[in-house]
Amino acid sequence: MERRRWAGDTSTLSTPRILPDAHAEGASGGDTGRMTVFVATSVGEALDALTASKPPEILAGGTDLMVEVNFGRRRPDAIVSIGRIASLRRWRCSGEGDASADGEPPEQRELDVDGVRSAGVVEVGAGVTYRQMTEEALAGLVPALAQAARTVGSPQIRNAGTLGGNLATASPAGDTLPVLLALDAEVVVARADGSRLLPVRELVLGPKRSALAPGELIVAARLPARFGHQEFVKVGTRNAMVIATASVALVVSWEPLDVRVALGSVGPTPLRVPAAEDYACARLDAASGELRGGRADLERFAELVRAAARPIDDHRSSARYRRHAVGVCAERALQRAMRSRQVTLGAGGDRVRVGAQMLPEGESPSEGARWATS
Amino acid sequence: MGYQLRVNGVHREVESEWLGESLLWVLRERLGLMGSKNACEQGECGSCSVLLDGVLVCSCLVLAASAPGCEVVTVEGIAATSEPALGSELSDVQRAFVEAGAVQCGFCTPGLVLAVHDLLDRVPAPDEWEIREAISGNLCRCTGYGRILEAVRRVIAERRADPTVTARGVAEVAR
Ligand SMILES: Cc1cc2nc3c(=O)[nH]c(=O)nc-3n(C[C@H](O)[C@H](O)[C@H](O)COP(=O)(O)OP(=O)(O)OC[C@H]3O[C@@H](n4cnc5c(N)ncnc54)[C@H](O)[C@@H]3O)c2cc1C
Ligand code: FES
Ligand code: FES
Repeated sequence: MERRRWAGDTSTLSTPRILPDAHAEGASGGDTGRMTVFVATSVGEALDALTASKPPEILAGGTDLMVEVNFGRRRPDAIVSIGRIASLRRWRCSGEGDASADGEPPEQRELDVDGVRSAGVVEVGAGVTYRQMTEEALAGLVPALAQAARTVGSPQIRNAGTLGGNLATASPAGDTLPVLLALDAEVVVARADGSRLLPVRELVLGPKRSALAPGELIVAARLPARFGHQEFVKVGTRNAMVIATASVALVVSWEPLDVRVALGSVGPTPLRVPAAEDYACARLDAASGELRGGRADLERFAELVRAAARPIDDHRSSARYRRHAVGVCAERALQRAMRSRQVTLGAGGDRVRVGAQMLPEGESPSEGARWATS
Repeated sequence: MGYQLRVNGVHREVESEWLGESLLWVLRERLGLMGSKNACEQGECGSCSVLLDGVLVCSCLVLAASAPGCEVVTVEGIAATSEPALGSELSDVQRAFVEAGAVQCGFCTPGLVLAVHDLLDRVPAPDEWEIREAISGNLCRCTGYGRILEAVRRVIAERRADPTVTARGVAEVAR
């Protein structure tokens, strides 16, 4: 990793520093206090800045942090901006036989068969934006991440907001979290004296509380490439610009059968639901893409999901509605996965995923709207 | 202490009291560019939309002091690019907004104009759903959006009829 020292010792961050190319610093008036802004251009620079005894706040897309700053809820003394670190803004895929590529899809191989467990690892840089996640090549490797990214905020928010910011914020409503949890993703966390791999399930400790130590930088998330059939379903009060009332990420790998279910916005952290996963595994028939017990099994599956939820009442929704909604999301996700399997098996059925982001029922979604959820 | 920003192709000195100021605040309060509007300061309304290095973002969520070296284009930069020879100070999108009656109180207009320029620079012939999605981050409390959609359709039709006008898009300013 490239390392570059600041002009001076970063342990005294309150002293204004001059950066090589872009810099800004200044003193303040009133009660706002002094603030120092570091614009890092490499991970090494950012990590150096973070070695300060009181590490600066990390600024990525600003879509969480700047709201706090604008409303005076956070008054950082120092900020290190990581938005211009090119290496954090890339993703790459490597795996058995797949040529490692920067932002390029690996060659289509038999692994591509919908719903079949695959090999390969995608490493998504912390600075990758939602916009990038919805782009074709990456979306093909981690479809549920693209579906989730597609539901975030608005085009402006998706252009700025990053994966690293979503992970570090550790909100139970963070839309990438259920996806990463269902895929057993790992987070690559770096600090000046080394790095560690943190499983996503250990990252979120509670609402907006993460296991990151001060001064730690998320560098990337590692996910399996083209793993199973993936769905992300989110319910909110409207289709655009909405924080989830409830969400579900579902991954069904048919051969061998493996089901993962993760819930968002219905607990202090995103939740996996082993009971529903085991139940679905026992009841799904990979040879037909059906649940052995049909509708009754589907309802039981949704019930298990509802039972695992630990929702609260807040300004967005009631706990009661959240519990109801998360079951509906889970049911829909599983139905879609089954339908897709049936199509793959040639059993007929409709392959169109009708997106609901601003799309009335019956309207066909555009190319660009394909990743919307309902 | 100050820093420099490049706004609409011009280097500007910023004298800030506090480096925590958003780009929106700096544009309006320090640089006197009142085109970008401030309604929510939390990314919800889109009335502060600008292009930062060619990417549509909410300027209220950009830390101005992190933006030196970036190219900022505001609605003021859009109007300035239109060719006086064509008899108007407005860009084709702005003109279409006026003609279609898409401007009532006008508060949302600068942000929408940026969002529509951005869309049409990337996707010259968007379908209805792409248009709707492209403006889903811009709230308008007056028009009900019908006239705004109509304005976008006009621009698409005009540009199709006369492809030379597309050159007046925002892409130009950033260069
Ligand atoms: C209008 C609006 C709508 C939104 N809608 C949604 C939505 O639908 N779904 C959703 O999930 N979120 C939503 N958000 C929240 C936000 O956009 C996301 O959480 C986003 O991913 C944050 O990323 P960022 O890069 O903007 O983070 P920033 O705001 O830059 O940072 C957020 C936090 O993470 C820390 N951080 C950032 N990067 C790193 C890193 N690499 N390592 C360590 N710490 C880091 C920062 O220090 C800060 O504490 C919305 C926000 C707004 C303003
Ligand atoms: S003022 Fe920036 S989005 Fe509302
Ligand atoms: S014209 Fe008034 S808010 Fe849109």
